Amino acid sequence: MVAASPKIRFRDAQIEMAHGAGGKASRRLIEGLFAPILFGSSPEPLGDAAHISLNGTRIAITADSFVVSPLSFPGGSIGELAVNGTVNDLAVSGARAEALVVTYVLEAGLPTDVLEAEVRAMGRAAGAAGVKIAGGDTKVVEHGKADRMYITTAGVGRPIPGIHCSAGSARPGDVILVSGPIGDHGITILLARGELDLEADLCSDTRPVLGMVEALAAAVAPGLRWMRDPTRGGVATALNEFARDCGLGVYLFEDRVPVRDAVRGACELLGLDPLHIANEGQFLAVVAPEYAEAALEALQRTPGGHESRMIGEVREQPACAVLGLTPYGGTRIVDMLVGDPLPRIC
Amino acid sequence: MKYAVPMKYIDEFRQPELIARTSEEIRRLADTGRHYRMMEVCGGHTHAIYRFGLKDLLPPNIELVHGPGCPVCVLPMGRIDDGLSIAARDGVIFTAFGDMMRVPGTLGSPLEHKARGADIRIVYSPADALKLARANPDRHVMFFAIGFETTAPSTALTLMRARAEGIRNFSVFCNHVTIIPAMRAILDSPDMRIDAFIGPGHVSTVIGCRPYEWIARHEGKPIVVSGFEPLDVLQSVVMLLRQLQQGEAKVENQYRRVVPWDGNRAALKAMQEVFTLRSYFEWRGMGFISQSALALNENYAEWDAEKRFSVPGIRVTDPKAAQCGEVLKGVLKPVQCKLFGNECTPERPVGALMVSSEGACAAYHQYEHRKSMLVSLPA
Repeated sequence: MVAASPKIRFRDAQIEMAHGAGGKASRRLIEGLFAPILFGSSPEPLGDAAHISLNGTRIAITADSFVVSPLSFPGGSIGELAVNGTVNDLAVSGARAEALVVTYVLEAGLPTDVLEAEVRAMGRAAGAAGVKIAGGDTKVVEHGKADRMYITTAGVGRPIPGIHCSAGSARPGDVILVSGPIGDHGITILLARGELDLEADLCSDTRPVLGMVEALAAAVAPGLRWMRDPTRGGVATALNEFARDCGLGVYLFEDRVPVRDAVRGACELLGLDPLHIANEGQFLAVVAPEYAEAALEALQRTPGGHESRMIGEVREQPACAVLGLTPYGGTRIVDMLVGDPLPRIC
Repeated sequence: MKYAVPMKYIDEFRQPELIARTSEEIRRLADTGRHYRMMEVCGGHTHAIYRFGLKDLLPPNIELVHGPGCPVCVLPMGRIDDGLSIAARDGVIFTAFGDMMRVPGTLGSPLEHKARGADIRIVYSPADALKLARANPDRHVMFFAIGFETTAPSTALTLMRARAEGIRNFSVFCNHVTIIPAMRAILDSPDMRIDAFIGPGHVSTVIGCRPYEWIARHEGKPIVVSGFEPLDVLQSVVMLLRQLQQGEAKVENQYRRVVPWDGNRAALKAMQEVFTLRSYFEWRGMGFISQSALALNENYAEWDAEKRFSVPGIRVTDPKAAQCGEVLKGVLKPVQCKLFGNECTPERPVGALMVSSEGACAAYHQYEHRKSMLVSLPA
């Protein structure tokens, strides 16, 4: 059952940073400007990748751009993000990435060794993810017109057999799982910017999640309803989109959501909510209740999945919203991100 | 979730068992035949209450009334326009706390001005603004200072440093306001009936607890200065209920780990060195209140943005339909304002209450108002 999405016409006079934050403003821009013009009247909710038919063969295709600042940070750099981000978009749409094409927009004055480092990082990440880089394009713009470099990757992949994910297949009672601790990437970037006198033993979680997705598919494909990688806007935004797309409610058990101490500490200090912080190596999965234990076990057995947890449930109410249950019996709405607390995060 | 390393001063005050016990104590103490109205003055408390779902832990006959303790919310739009008019000048870098960035002025918020090319930057302290001034001698850095007595001392110390170092390309647009006149205005207001106050926690680290004694002595209302963790707020409610039960009215300090009874003498001294009390200042929704705001004194005139630049100084009234003032005074709950959630949302705010991290409307919109659609909550 798909809830009717209200027709949102995009009325803002100019583009703001918030429109790129992955939260409410981004959604308004996409649904109100891009979708009506480019996607026509398709009733399908917007997903991480598109599955299309080419001569009778189903393929998955997606694209993503990377504008992270600084380029390099503990745990990774833009080159790796660019590969893993697209591999993950395909993975959570239920597809195995086969090939990427990449474009670089470079700022004149960028030192060559910086570029070379990123290209090498990209090559290593592609090897680790088992994906081919099939080609690409490069443009150079004047100094001051692109902050060092912007990268776009487009990826194609093969649907993983057995996976049929859609928000509409969710039912009350379904269980929500997360693949590991949240908030690592966003907070790492924030600290790496050096504007705050804060240090922490933390690094970006950027990694391909394909292995975990395939393990999940092998164990519980018939019960796998929906997946998403919570990048900009965080877990809160991803779950809100899910709730809106399926017209049901989400109960989130706050004390079950894994968050590293360093992330929690930084968030407390800065007044941020870990649920709104970007992740680059985690994903959410909604699974039918009879498959939930098997799903968790499959994830925890997979390399990198040992910190997976069950964090919530799908309910009838509050429809199209996410309700957080505090550890002491109180509740609060968990809203989509508004504004842009951490720009240029990925 | 059991954390590997408990966070000091946070986890102790979030222990579920202690919270459950305190919640039971509240139910035991509250007289079922009585309806209690307790005002939490500080916007930070409003946010904590909704963020932690604390209202759910109180019996229905304890009503929490939201107070005007949001220094961004009480600024009239005209002051924001004045600050942004300076940002529009060549060579000026406008700096402010992140909380200011989405507050609407007549021609848009600081972020919108930034998108149109104004040099507007977020700083985490006025010292960062001064750092910018040092690093950019050919530009003028203006710090748009907001806050109650909580943040005034750091503004004062920064100005003292600017003066000591002879940094001339720096100024402060001062919107610091003081909490006591606001509380007096609440108590003088004919529409208000408050039984007790949950006192502001962080203002009190500077001014201490003595300034509230008149509320207890002359107005006969109990006041407990409270911390911001769930257990702090609930314990403060217990302390208030005990006073009300005994028919007492006194000032108590629940936030003893942070708030000294006599306040912070060094901070107060710095404020005296730099600031003077304005004879009156306009507060959104509450009109002109005398001696309620700070300005830079004559010794610091050179760093006073209002003296260095001429500003329009136009009074801008809120849109007629907006009820920011009533919400600030606690007369209306956010959801009772006709614009709430429709014309006024966090993305397209009419007033600052909907975007400030201490605004009652923002807290309500983010954490609370869609809960009413729930038929029943889980056991």
